[in-house]
Amino acid sequence: MARHYSALALVREGLTGHKGWARAWEAPEPRRRYDVLVIGGGGHGLATAYYLARNHGITNVAVIERGWLGGGNTGRNTTAIRSNYFYPESAALYDLGLRLYEGLSRELNYNLMVSQRGNLQLAHSLHDVDMGARLVNAMQINGIDARWLGPDEVHTLVPILNRGPAARYRVHGGIFQPRGATARHDAVAWGYARAASRLGVHILQGCAVQEFLIEGGRCVGVRTPLGEIRADRVGMAVAGASPALAAMAGFRLPISSYTLQACVSEPVKPVLNTTLISPPLGTYVSQSGKGEIVIGGALDRVPSYAQRGNLPVLSQVLSGLLEMFPDFRQLRLMRQWGGTVDVTPDSSPILGPSPLPGLFLNCGWGTGGFKAIPAGGTLLAHLLAHGSHHPISRPFDLDRFTTGRLIDEGAAAGIAH
Amino acid sequence: MQSFPCPFCGPRPETEFRHDGEAGKLRPALSCTDSEWSLYLRARTAARGPSREIWTHLPCMETFVLQRDTLSHRVGEVAP
Amino acid sequence: MSGQRIPGGTEIDRSRAIHFDFDGQRIAGFAGDTIASALIAAGVSVVGRSFKYHRPRGIWGWGPEEPNAIVDVTGDSHRPNCRATLEPARDGLTVRSVNGWPDAARDRLAVIDRFARFLPAGFYYKTFLWPNWRLFEPGIRAMAGLGRVRPGSAGFAAQAPEDARCDLLVVGAGPAGVLAALTAAEAGRDVVLVEQAPHAGGSLRLRQAQIDGMDGAAWLRAALARLAAAGARVWLRTCAFGVYDHGLVGLAQGVGDGARLVRLRPRQTILATGAIERGLPFANNDRPGVMSAEAALAYLRLQGVLVGRRVAVALASDAGLEPAQALAAAGAEVTLIDARGAAGQGALPCLSGRIAAVQGRDRVRGVTLDSGASLAVDTVLLAGGHTPSLHLYAQAGGKPVWDDRLGAFVPGHDPEGLSVIGAAAGHLALRAALTSAAAAVQGTAPGVPDAPHRPSLAVWPQPGMKGRVWVDLQNDVTAKDVELAAREGFASVEHLKRYTTLGMATDQGKTSNLAGLALLAEVTGRSIPDTGTTTFRPPFVPVPLATLAGLRAGPLVNPLRRLALEGEHRAAGATLREAGGWLRPAFYGAAPEAIQSEALQARLTVALADASPLGKIEIFGPDAAAFLDFVHYNTVSTLSPGRCRYVFVLTEGGILYDDGVLLRQGEEHFILSCSSSHVAGMHAHLEAWRQDQFPQARVMIHDTTPHWATLTVSGPKSRAVVAALASGLALDDGALPHMAFGWGWFAGTDLRVARVSFTGDRSYELSIRADRARALWLALREAGAPQDMTLLGGEALMILRVEKGYPIVGIDTDGATLPMDMGMSAPLTRKRADFIGRRSLMLDEAQRPDRPQFVGLAAEGAVPLPTGAHVLDLSGPAPRSDGFVTSSRFSPFLRRPVALAQLRGGAGRLGERVVVQHMGQRMGAVIVAPDQIDPEGGRLNAG
Repeated sequence: MARHYSALALVREGLTGHKGWARAWEAPEPRRRYDVLVIGGGGHGLATAYYLARNHGITNVAVIERGWLGGGNTGRNTTAIRSNYFYPESAALYDLGLRLYEGLSRELNYNLMVSQRGNLQLAHSLHDVDMGARLVNAMQINGIDARWLGPDEVHTLVPILNRGPAARYRVHGGIFQPRGATARHDAVAWGYARAASRLGVHILQGCAVQEFLIEGGRCVGVRTPLGEIRADRVGMAVAGASPALAAMAGFRLPISSYTLQACVSEPVKPVLNTTLISPPLGTYVSQSGKGEIVIGGALDRVPSYAQRGNLPVLSQVLSGLLEMFPDFRQLRLMRQWGGTVDVTPDSSPILGPSPLPGLFLNCGWGTGGFKAIPAGGTLLAHLLAHGSHHPISRPFDLDRFTTGRLIDEGAAAGIAH
Repeated sequence: MQSFPCPFCGPRPETEFRHDGEAGKLRPALSCTDSEWSLYLRARTAARGPSREIWTHLPCMETFVLQRDTLSHRVGEVAP
Repeated sequence: MSGQRIPGGTEIDRSRAIHFDFDGQRIAGFAGDTIASALIAAGVSVVGRSFKYHRPRGIWGWGPEEPNAIVDVTGDSHRPNCRATLEPARDGLTVRSVNGWPDAARDRLAVIDRFARFLPAGFYYKTFLWPNWRLFEPGIRAMAGLGRVRPGSAGFAAQAPEDARCDLLVVGAGPAGVLAALTAAEAGRDVVLVEQAPHAGGSLRLRQAQIDGMDGAAWLRAALARLAAAGARVWLRTCAFGVYDHGLVGLAQGVGDGARLVRLRPRQTILATGAIERGLPFANNDRPGVMSAEAALAYLRLQGVLVGRRVAVALASDAGLEPAQALAAAGAEVTLIDARGAAGQGALPCLSGRIAAVQGRDRVRGVTLDSGASLAVDTVLLAGGHTPSLHLYAQAGGKPVWDDRLGAFVPGHDPEGLSVIGAAAGHLALRAALTSAAAAVQGTAPGVPDAPHRPSLAVWPQPGMKGRVWVDLQNDVTAKDVELAAREGFASVEHLKRYTTLGMATDQGKTSNLAGLALLAEVTGRSIPDTGTTTFRPPFVPVPLATLAGLRAGPLVNPLRRLALEGEHRAAGATLREAGGWLRPAFYGAAPEAIQSEALQARLTVALADASPLGKIEIFGPDAAAFLDFVHYNTVSTLSPGRCRYVFVLTEGGILYDDGVLLRQGEEHFILSCSSSHVAGMHAHLEAWRQDQFPQARVMIHDTTPHWATLTVSGPKSRAVVAALASGLALDDGALPHMAFGWGWFAGTDLRVARVSFTGDRSYELSIRADRARALWLALREAGAPQDMTLLGGEALMILRVEKGYPIVGIDTDGATLPMDMGMSAPLTRKRADFIGRRSLMLDEAQRPDRPQFVGLAAEGAVPLPTGAHVLDLSGPAPRSDGFVTSSRFSPFLRRPVALAQLRGGAGRLGERVVVQHMGQRMGAVIVAPDQIDPEGGRLNAG
């Protein structure tokens, strides 16, 4: 049985018809009871289970997923990984994610295709330049790699960017994070699932939470179509489904669920070598390893769980994109989709105990959850193992909305909300 | 592209509207606790399915309550 | 060899010959050819290379389902990744195959196929781990992608989108669609019929039929004439690519080489989208020369192209009989291979059984059957049955159900307002298709003779098949890949798709999804319906990005608002720049000297600025004062008529949302002058709270911003300039003190004169009807000439307000700034009433003394501190940020730099020396009060 992945294994199996590859993850019979139960089989949930086993030696763990694993936002995002955030608390959080991604393929023995070709945030006005300087300096002080690029440097890095005199948004420069990356999103879920499964974690697909089991005011497990499953501690990493689960558990969260759209063009030979964000145009764009131009757009602030794109946002995003990249007028749209993102008032995640004792939260990542999967997993695992915060997660506790100690990354961009 | 019913103007495309939050939130008095204030300000039901929402039709500025399904996008009753 | 041109072809015009270039070869064709039909006629076999293994590929189909024939087309524009089966052949085009180096026929990377056994689906997840993916990635990226973008070339042209409505939309102008549209139109309904091909007819274009005693083509012609007479809109070359919320259908309507977006809102939609022919599984079923039988019939009948001379037609469905007979009649040597068993098909030789393998590499040379028999042929046509096209049905929320008899998914329940007819609903025979169409519109079906046919057989790839059996041609996915995926536990259909990439190519799996699903079901021991289908996502066919973007390009992307006086500014030599959504004068003359001299002159004598974008929102009514007290941080009800007050508006979180000046016109009448970039937001904010808290009759809000132009005259000589207007308003400081306003008369209309200052000097804001702005402007310039008045652009104004320490919300504040952070604490202690945001200001967090606070910074040295530089806290083990520079300029009046900042606990740190860091460089500064020019405020009344 070929369990370990390597070029050698590939050659060996290639010569014998690939009959010997082991299942990527097992499909075990559920136990009645686990030490820890993780609700949500996306990147965050699977990473949590993996780190529980690896960092804390807790292997009597189950991940329950109502659909097929990785089928939520992990399978729908535009794969950008970066840590160019303003506040030191955010810098610590997102850079933990980025650092873990850097070594993750080898650690999981699964090629996640983490490709560090940099992340560039464009400045389109003098005001953007000032705000960009504010961010670059903050990052440098927080110890994160950041450089300011002048307009010529930006155009050298991205030759197809519009520099014509009639361009609506001239490039005044950009904030460049060289370590910014993309990765193969499905592979992140599969890599964590396989590694966790190999360490003994149970992954139960097609298993939705029907009810929380609450005894003595404490969460002691869940009821599912596969029966009751009890655990000492329960963690929740379900992104857009968080409000629904919270309602089941008897509390409300400061979360609105919106549809975030994305689309891809038909694949073309390489033409864009970095990930680009243009805040005024509300667009971000990169080119996948398959050649597709991957396009993400502004959030449509209408509550929705429909997970599908609509025409007005698509038209708006694409008109901005074609303004930035006139050459993309040669391309066609191949596929359009959406995911349900859980947005908090300060655009920062929620990590920590929920109002229901025994139930712990990892949610509110909004449009930025993919980049933080290793961090979210590490920190939720810590919470579930110890019952208390890791120093990096403490500032993101739910209580910040009561104390008013928000970590408002949107605010740092000047937006009052 | 969705079509929403402005009580004043009739059915109009969604691009003419702005979502203004969940209906039914009562603003507490100044004497409320920090926790109560936080719940008013921040907590959301974020219903998956039928929900009651406040919407404004921007061309006429009419604000109204709309019943809507956040999963199917079906539009229900309107209360001006 | 292979294809050739023969007489016939109903859709080509032999009087119009055309030529184009394909990979350096000159190809002759006719108007009405597609690139595909012309290539086949020219005997071209290899038109591309497969994505992963670089196998030679030929043309499979004749429409949007085509998986192989992807080409880059260059004419007036450059368009990569075109489908040769859809692109009209035009004179002078340059057509290039994709993914082959140097071209498809001679691809040097073909050697990859020798290593195919080491490169199954997902192989890249299992390797490239050492030393680092980074080393392998560039090479793999270089090989990915199909066509090429040509930087600098024009792409698809911009087209204005259209919005349209109708009563009934029928998608697909095949026989069922035409009948439904015709019946409805003649019943008086407003009908739109769309067809993605350049001709209507669907299957009637290529298959013989008898309808109501006429032949199919004649029936079609008559039906189209009746449709036109009934006023129906028939749009050809128009593809319905997506069904969106509330029934909206997205259409791409062909215009030139591109398409226009039409957003159609029908009351009812009928889908007559037909069915797509399937292939059959056998080893090397991807070779050039293996084609859809229906496609071969289309090329023959429509373009007069015979696809091969020695042809095997493998049947699992009677749909393959007509193509076989037609090709035989056209002179090809045809042998049938019937998977259902030979049953005396008539004149054509027929073997019983299935194909096991195809021989040949760049072109089919022969086939071997399961039975061991072999045939020498140059073409293999496959009639594997038909799969109903349910993409739009599923997008609309429909749930397909499995039909075992057909071996296909068919529509289940109809979603609201939508139904499916014809082959798309599983009625593959013409008679049944027309009956279903008639039923959908309460009509009568025309007479079609009964055509007995043998049931089709669903032939799916089986586990353990010998050789390499292709399932997804474009993404190079074989049956073994599907088995591997299942073996490794990727058992859900979504996992299968993502792991193997089956169905994720530009053809969206139109010819592959079902085969892959069926094999997966077999391998995992489930039924096909239990295995499910993947989600169908728009667009149905790839749609140009330009079509969806419409006309928004250049200045039409987030268009800027323009000043009424723009012409005057330009005439005065202004450089205009975007500021707060408006195009405004930044400076007059040559920077940087002009900016410095304007700012200096403004303090020495007088300056004139265009402040028209300033918001002017009027609030009136009996409860206006109470309302404004509720909306503002400050108390406003105590403001006397004729007076102004500087006010803050907060969010419920206590955050400073906007600042402005409130003018009280009367007991029940106020004018809020809010910042120009926040006008729409303020108006919406006011209106929302008004509707929530106050009855309509008690408070009314009206945004009058565009009605007024506002010009500011500022400086020690400003009073003399305003006096020269002779407006009739008394201007002595007793009558009009600072922060008071009054009304005069100018150019035949009211002139509002408000003593409000954004510069720190004596200043008058003059507001007049926008259409009188020019007269006022000219009069002020004339009045200012003897006073050495300068025009004042935005950049110089920035210097003045930074000198004075006046903040700009969104520059000197961010989304966390509270009013107390700006030094405004009085309302919190003095105001009794509740106001928006008050409760949030009572939190401990809002009271902390070490919050970021608004201060000034004096640089050590002559160089201004860079905006965005951070003030450092060096007390701990590692440097931390204590705040940052928000605004910074060189002051010509003070002859030194001035800056403003947000600084932790700044209000209590005046006089402290700090270290500031910018891009790794450090410099020194001293914390000072924000007003660095006139803390006593004497300049407000000087002159």
